[in-house]
Amino acid sequence: MSHSHLLHTTFVPTAPPSLRRRLGVGAHLPRKPHLIQSKIREIFMPALSSTMTEGKIVSWVKSEGDKLAKGESVVVVESDKADMDVESFYDGYLAAIIVDEGLSAAVGSTIALLAETEEEIALAQSKKSSSPAPASASAAGGNDAPMVLEEMPSPVPAAAPAVASVSSNASAVGSAVHPASEGGKRVVASPYAKKLAKDLGVDLKGIVGSGPNGRVVAKDVEAALAAVNVGGGSAATTAAEVAKPSGVELGSVVPFTTMQSAVSRNMVESLAVPTFRVGYTFTTDALDALYKKIKSKGVTMTALLAKATALALVQHPVVNSSCRDGKSFTYNSHINVAVAVAIDGGLITPVLQDADKIDIYSLSRKWKELVDKARAKQLQPQEYNSGTFTLSNLGMFGVDRFDAILPPGTGAIMAVGASEPALVGTKDGRIGLKTQMQVNVTADHRVIYGADLAAFLQTLAKIIEDPNDLTL
Amino acid sequence: MHASILPLSTSNPPYSTLRPHSSSRLCGLQREAFGFCSPPQFRSRNLRAVPAKTHSRRLSVFSTSNTAAGNRSSAPASFDYDLVIIGAGVGGHGAALHAVEKGLKTAIIEGDVMGGTCVNRGCVPSKALLAVSGRMRELQDEHHLKALGLQVAAAGYDRQAVADHANNLASRIRGNLTNSLKALGVDILTGFGTIVGPQKVKYGKIGSSDNVVTAKDIIIATGSVPFVPRGIEVDGKTVITSDHALKLEFVPDWIAIVGSGYIGLEFSDVYTALGSEVTFIEAMDQLMPGFDPEIGKLAQRVLINPRKIDYHTGVFATKITPAKDGKPVTIELIDAKTKEPKDTLEVDAALIATGRAPFTKGLGLENINVETQRGFVPVDERMRVIDADGNLIPHLYCIGDANGKLMLAHTASAQGISVVEQLTGNDHVLNHLSIPAACFTHPEISMVGLTEPQAREKAENQGFEISIAKTSFKANTKALAENEGEGLAKLIYRPDTGEILGVHIFGMHAADLIHEASNAIALGTRVQDIKFAVHAHPTLSEVLDELYKSAKLNSHNTKPASEPVAV
Repeated sequence: MSHSHLLHTTFVPTAPPSLRRRLGVGAHLPRKPHLIQSKIREIFMPALSSTMTEGKIVSWVKSEGDKLAKGESVVVVESDKADMDVESFYDGYLAAIIVDEGLSAAVGSTIALLAETEEEIALAQSKKSSSPAPASASAAGGNDAPMVLEEMPSPVPAAAPAVASVSSNASAVGSAVHPASEGGKRVVASPYAKKLAKDLGVDLKGIVGSGPNGRVVAKDVEAALAAVNVGGGSAATTAAEVAKPSGVELGSVVPFTTMQSAVSRNMVESLAVPTFRVGYTFTTDALDALYKKIKSKGVTMTALLAKATALALVQHPVVNSSCRDGKSFTYNSHINVAVAVAIDGGLITPVLQDADKIDIYSLSRKWKELVDKARAKQLQPQEYNSGTFTLSNLGMFGVDRFDAILPPGTGAIMAVGASEPALVGTKDGRIGLKTQMQVNVTADHRVIYGADLAAFLQTLAKIIEDPNDLTL
Repeated sequence: MHASILPLSTSNPPYSTLRPHSSSRLCGLQREAFGFCSPPQFRSRNLRAVPAKTHSRRLSVFSTSNTAAGNRSSAPASFDYDLVIIGAGVGGHGAALHAVEKGLKTAIIEGDVMGGTCVNRGCVPSKALLAVSGRMRELQDEHHLKALGLQVAAAGYDRQAVADHANNLASRIRGNLTNSLKALGVDILTGFGTIVGPQKVKYGKIGSSDNVVTAKDIIIATGSVPFVPRGIEVDGKTVITSDHALKLEFVPDWIAIVGSGYIGLEFSDVYTALGSEVTFIEAMDQLMPGFDPEIGKLAQRVLINPRKIDYHTGVFATKITPAKDGKPVTIELIDAKTKEPKDTLEVDAALIATGRAPFTKGLGLENINVETQRGFVPVDERMRVIDADGNLIPHLYCIGDANGKLMLAHTASAQGISVVEQLTGNDHVLNHLSIPAACFTHPEISMVGLTEPQAREKAENQGFEISIAKTSFKANTKALAENEGEGLAKLIYRPDTGEILGVHIFGMHAADLIHEASNAIALGTRVQDIKFAVHAHPTLSEVLDELYKSAKLNSHNTKPASEPVAV
């Protein structure tokens, strides 16, 4: 993951770099004198060579809260040429680290804040947390404070207590300690799982491990993230602070919530997959008739559609495949139909696992259970991240057709419109009224081709138009 | 080398790998091929004697007829051998080869397998595994391959075949070593050797009758075994030492490695390349405590942080229980300072790499009034064994891991050669500061001489200045061609005299690059001399070339110390 673009640049123009580099013999670039008499200073990414445009933070020699003496080495920066120790130009305290180890920042951007006195550390930290978590690309940044600080030297003291709790949240991003080693609640997670969770900003506590003895392993973390990919799954993994839709303040700039950033990132990520779309119109009279007949037994339309789709997928395994690395693809061994559901403040995709094998009545019960759990935010990761094919239905809102974005990690998604009566001409030259439903499948063209989708849709049409098999 | 595994209940060296030499097990079997292929009479008589901390270059030229005939005839008839060496590891082997060259009638006693730790359970098989891990790393590094324009389908490995490679390599080197001794006429006596009195050794398999031989001089070279701290139950399956790990009987999903010295680091390289995740447990506050701090920091950034490795520092593993009945391996950690319980880990396997303990039990040292110190045999700078009263014991020497001076295979060999030099009439003291050490991770780490903190301390005590020069692999053409620019070479020297105090390298082929520096230290070559030596372009050795050239000497001393000879 590239982090270079993530550094927040709000503070860039306000002050000259407060750092100089130290070379072996002590030569350093001349700098303009420091102009601002602020007590909290920014530490900038220095230019260590004439060609350097960005630098990577190799390691922080000092930690937040450490006292710094002028000339002391604070951070090691890797440039395009070499690694160099960077010294502080001032006495003070390293109040807040903005760019964590291993991440890059553009030359001149703020990488940390320096407080002159110990008392100002908290203030500086509040400034840090009030700027959107700049570097980690993680969803765990504390971005609740919608304020954008224009000017460093004039802090708003009242902001400090409000943000203090957030910064403790945010510290999880930069902390090098292992969650499992913190006393009290133990999370057993493998080293790589911990690393991934930290990098991706996933909270290990919310993850159910699939490794030996319930250990959280890397794929559990990936799965938890994939759930977010599908759209807002983080609402289920963390007790996310959901913004109340009431009372939107017009003209305000609202930073993304954790979930929104995750959705945003994953939607952008989906652009890396070459997708295409194929539409089809089903006649649903027979399906509607069947639905009426067995509705009383608790069967839902969603379950019927999922079942029909699953049965069609049995015959077209390529449509149920997924390509992750761009070099190979996997024929998934299970047919798990994920169905998008709007929940308070977001969207989640409970998964009907093995929908081809389970009878329609059990499937309907399972669906009800999943929806209840989703509303209560109690879905387990495997209940929302194991989908191999996704259904998204906006028919209930009267939408007749739409287009869905393919969730990364899956091969295809089907957008389902409303079932509506339509006048159609039949082959025998007559005009009749039929109930029709339009679907539109988005698929990854690296593995699924037009003919594959066409054949799949044809099979699905047969099943829907002669749905008696669904109840078997 | 006697190296069966014994439970050791000695009070033990620090848990971690504070001193690199106490935990290392690196070797170079540099002499076995040499000894094997050329009959002694055709070999060069120019022995590269290593001068003892002086700057003079000595070339000792021996006349074979004199030394050999003289020694052999002067040996009293009552001695069976001129020299008996107890232990056929790299140290014993090196000593034996040199002894034969010097015309001594030599026997070597081995109670276990020829080749000792290095060949059978140490550097040799581990290099085989590291060769595999290096290639796996290359093949898995998509980014790197892409940058080179290569396309490789998914890389995989066959565990048994990898294990066989390591085992076959060990057998092959063992065969070479045994043959080289036989070809030179060294008698191989089988059994555990015990000193029964001055110049007298008995040997024999346990349970069978003992044979006694007499020798004018005796060298103890019994080596070491993995050190396992108390509270750790080694079952050889899920809680293992390097002895077991080298057999690669399984590749756990998650392995904890106790100790982050050379052995731990090398195994972390192997295991992560084969797909394991690793947790280091280190008693010191920092990983890799034995290395130069700057090199350690860089190594951590490259070898630890980006890999599937996490770590706990400043903790002791007080209790490690093997996996049983479906339960994982459990490791109880306490804070190294406060001794408070800190955490419990549940992992699939644990590798104990907390260093090595000398293997000196049963040597009969009590018969000659020698008291070991934590198992180590006390010796002076000429490897002469010191008895309990502080007196030198005539005709008895101890080399290698058993004396604990610098626990490296090639140190043992060099010490053995030094002893043989003394036996044949040339006083010789080995300069341990000129002995290089290497850790064969990817990339490698190597070093010779003092670390920066050691050098600073010495400089302060003796009242001189030190300077540091550094070069990066990023500036080296060959390294960039290989797309392996990650690396650093560091020179610690005296700006007043140009003396080289230490060189540390982290980067591609560091282990092969160090010898230019170690030879310079051994021969007393100074910076102002070596900076005029020419290095082929483009090669990695230019990293050192640049290093020497970037060293700044005080102005009065910029002239070469020795005049180059025109030819």
